[in-house]
Amino acid sequence: MPVKGQIASGRLLAVSNLTKLFGSFAACNAINLQIESGEIHALLGENGAGKSTLVKMLFGVLAPTAGEISWMGDNVRITSPGEARKLGIGMVFQHFSLFEALTVAENIALSMDRSISLARVAEEASRLSRVYGLPLDPNAHVADLSVGERQRIEIVRALLQNPQLIILDEPTSVLTPQEADRLFETLLKLKAEGRSVLYISHRLEEVQRLCDRATVLRHGKVTGACDPRAETPASLARMMVGNDVAVVTPEGTNTKGDVQLEARHLSVAARTPFAVSLKDVSLKVRAGEVLAIAGVAGNGQSELFDALSGEYPVSDDNAVQIRQKPVGTRNINARRLMGAGFVPEERHGHAAVSSLSLSDNLVLARNQSDRRVFLGGGFLKIIRQGAIKAAAKRISEAMDVRKSGEDPPAGSLSGGNLQKFIVGRELDRQPAVLVVNQPTWGVDAGAASRIRQALVDLAKAGSAVLVISQDLDEIFEVATEIAVISEGRLSDPYPARELSREKIGLLMGGMHGKTEGAGAEHAH
Amino acid sequence: MRIELEKRAKVSALFSILSPFIAFALTIVFGGIMFALLGKNPVAALYSFFVEPLSEVWSLHELAIKAAPLILIGVGLSVCFRSNNWNIGAEGQFIMGAIAGSILPVVFYDWQSPLVLPLMLVLGMIGGALFAAIPAFLKAHMNTNEILTSLMLVYVAQLFLDWLVRGPWRNPQGMNFPETRTFGADAILPEMIASGRTHWGFAFAIIAALAVWFMMRYTLRGFEITVLGQSERAGRFAGFSSRKMIWFSMLFSGALAGLAGISEVSGAIQQLRPVISPGYGFTAIIVAFLGRLNPLGIIAAGLVLALTYLGGEAAQLSIGVSDKVTRVFQGLLLFFVLSCDTLIHYRIRLVRERFAALKADEAH
Repeated sequence: MPVKGQIASGRLLAVSNLTKLFGSFAACNAINLQIESGEIHALLGENGAGKSTLVKMLFGVLAPTAGEISWMGDNVRITSPGEARKLGIGMVFQHFSLFEALTVAENIALSMDRSISLARVAEEASRLSRVYGLPLDPNAHVADLSVGERQRIEIVRALLQNPQLIILDEPTSVLTPQEADRLFETLLKLKAEGRSVLYISHRLEEVQRLCDRATVLRHGKVTGACDPRAETPASLARMMVGNDVAVVTPEGTNTKGDVQLEARHLSVAARTPFAVSLKDVSLKVRAGEVLAIAGVAGNGQSELFDALSGEYPVSDDNAVQIRQKPVGTRNINARRLMGAGFVPEERHGHAAVSSLSLSDNLVLARNQSDRRVFLGGGFLKIIRQGAIKAAAKRISEAMDVRKSGEDPPAGSLSGGNLQKFIVGRELDRQPAVLVVNQPTWGVDAGAASRIRQALVDLAKAGSAVLVISQDLDEIFEVATEIAVISEGRLSDPYPARELSREKIGLLMGGMHGKTEGAGAEHAH
Repeated sequence: MRIELEKRAKVSALFSILSPFIAFALTIVFGGIMFALLGKNPVAALYSFFVEPLSEVWSLHELAIKAAPLILIGVGLSVCFRSNNWNIGAEGQFIMGAIAGSILPVVFYDWQSPLVLPLMLVLGMIGGALFAAIPAFLKAHMNTNEILTSLMLVYVAQLFLDWLVRGPWRNPQGMNFPETRTFGADAILPEMIASGRTHWGFAFAIIAALAVWFMMRYTLRGFEITVLGQSERAGRFAGFSSRKMIWFSMLFSGALAGLAGISEVSGAIQQLRPVISPGYGFTAIIVAFLGRLNPLGIIAAGLVLALTYLGGEAAQLSIGVSDKVTRVFQGLLLFFVLSCDTLIHYRIRLVRERFAALKADEAH
């Protein structure tokens, strides 16, 4: 592999007035951005701010409507990812494109020139992985690897092209804190060699820790270019969302009451080959408590939600208890009638039907629990549109749901606004028990803080709240107790104040056994 | 170079309403071209096909008689299709309904009572529902594809009817014709209006359409059907069971097809023959889609498709073309309805290979 002469200093990439229109909608509006050689440059912004559109233009996936890109001082037109790679731009996408049945080396070879032999690819890949501290076995099958290891394949694949600029899209969203630390070391090594990194994230602490400069996007426009270390998280967040993000005020003095939600030795076999089985999960949530369950995605979170909500009842009636009554075999509506509310992770097609109006989506969750108000006509069960529209309006106002029109289809709302409605739909009932899976997944900062505050307030008012989340910031904002789920097993709960991020990281990985052992050492 | 369908960002409300009309207009245009190619005057042919049958009182009655089963079956199918259950076997359920309802007038022909007719109608519905229960059971409990099973059962029903009327149920006084006894007076569905043959089956169709319209629009059951049709997972979250919905929608549409079958036999034919349907069960699928799965739209669509049956007969007499023309028109109509709907949701894009390569690259 030829090694290009490295540029010690100077401007690597400059973007001026780059614009991308989709119809009349400007996803990127006259963006200016400069990346120097040897810097880690953060691209900050909320969902929908235009970050992905911008990097897709840089990587040749999308063609800009207007504006210029200059690379090492020359104006260039990047019309395909292949061309971007030739220039020296590599990209690691948020969603990996790997074949699970193939080995690491085979996956890498797929993206290379056909003339290079598999053995050479494997050799080169393992050399790079050694140099950059990305331990990888070229002969391992991808199916057996953790998410962090899969990401390493993508990074090595990008490095094989000897890029001057590597773009990483939300790389830590799928990693444990230890895996993230390791990634940061790799990035710093790349920087030391004079390569540049464009680092896309919305996690402010990471950006402050890692990045030399930051460009902030909002609604497709640059709203700030700064040195993140000179800013506070609050001032960065302000650039991202435009106004001050309300800080969630945590519990204070919650009075703890009776156990309202309990799982006793809950075991559930995996329903599909891709599901995780739950193994002897026990938990208790008292009135006034927020129990947060941390964990990396795919460790049994949705299976736990299904069992607690009753969407898939379990065979042992005693395994799930709501307000100290066994409900394991009862369905979701029976549990709602006992005072429980549920917010699933997936908004579209699970918590809501996109093509139906907000008021219809209210009926979706509350057709039994509020049947006295919402249904009339005896056995005909006629839906009372008036009562439901009034309730939908009340919820929208209480949660500040921004929408076009009185009762628009759920699919027309932004993720954050729809999530506010979905959470508000349950809060409006003042449930004694609320189970929420990923309450602010893919939601903008403003909506996220509103939702978290609502969860905290609900617990304060005397309800038991269970939050399943991958977002540690969120967990520390809302939780009074924290437990960690890993491979379908749940750790003991710890009071939130006594738990550090490192400890949670160990619990997340520690129970995985040997694969994460290195990560555990690393934390100390 | 290849053709891709690209989802439109926004679906035009205007064209969603216009779509069935556009489809109908295109059918007329292509029908005219077809007549011209057959060497007929297209204007005269289309006139005799689509207008003449509407010009006389007796033929309006025939229209209602043919529309009745189409509407009844189409309304039942709309419930199935909306809930994402694809019952293609209404033809078989129609036949089995007719057979079940005919047990009284054929086997117990000497029992005479005002109860005979209502019992026949109920038996017809039960017969259709039970026959639809087979694909329902297979789908709900064996995860079988209901499109295949319900379609294949149509042939079972057709051959079963054929065997009955040639064998055990053949009229002993019928000079060996493959027919059952003609029904007694108590077993005949009477005419609705004095001016012609239209029987009460047409009233059943209208009542069923209005009832289903009310159910879909105002009741929780209609909501359940809509939700489960859109997303099974959201339905589960709402506490609805997709398995129960398979049973409900299949039995419901089977019962309506069975009612249509016994009404047709009792009101229009008044005995069983080897063939009792010119494909009503299949044509009703077109009716359901042309009516946009809306029961009120299905009334209109049922009348339009009934007209193609009459037009086929009329064209055979007056311009001397095969009555297979009816099938051609029905096929054209279904094709244009479905393609109009597709083009409302998608736009067609020609993709050159260079872009295809780029797309593949983008996946990395």
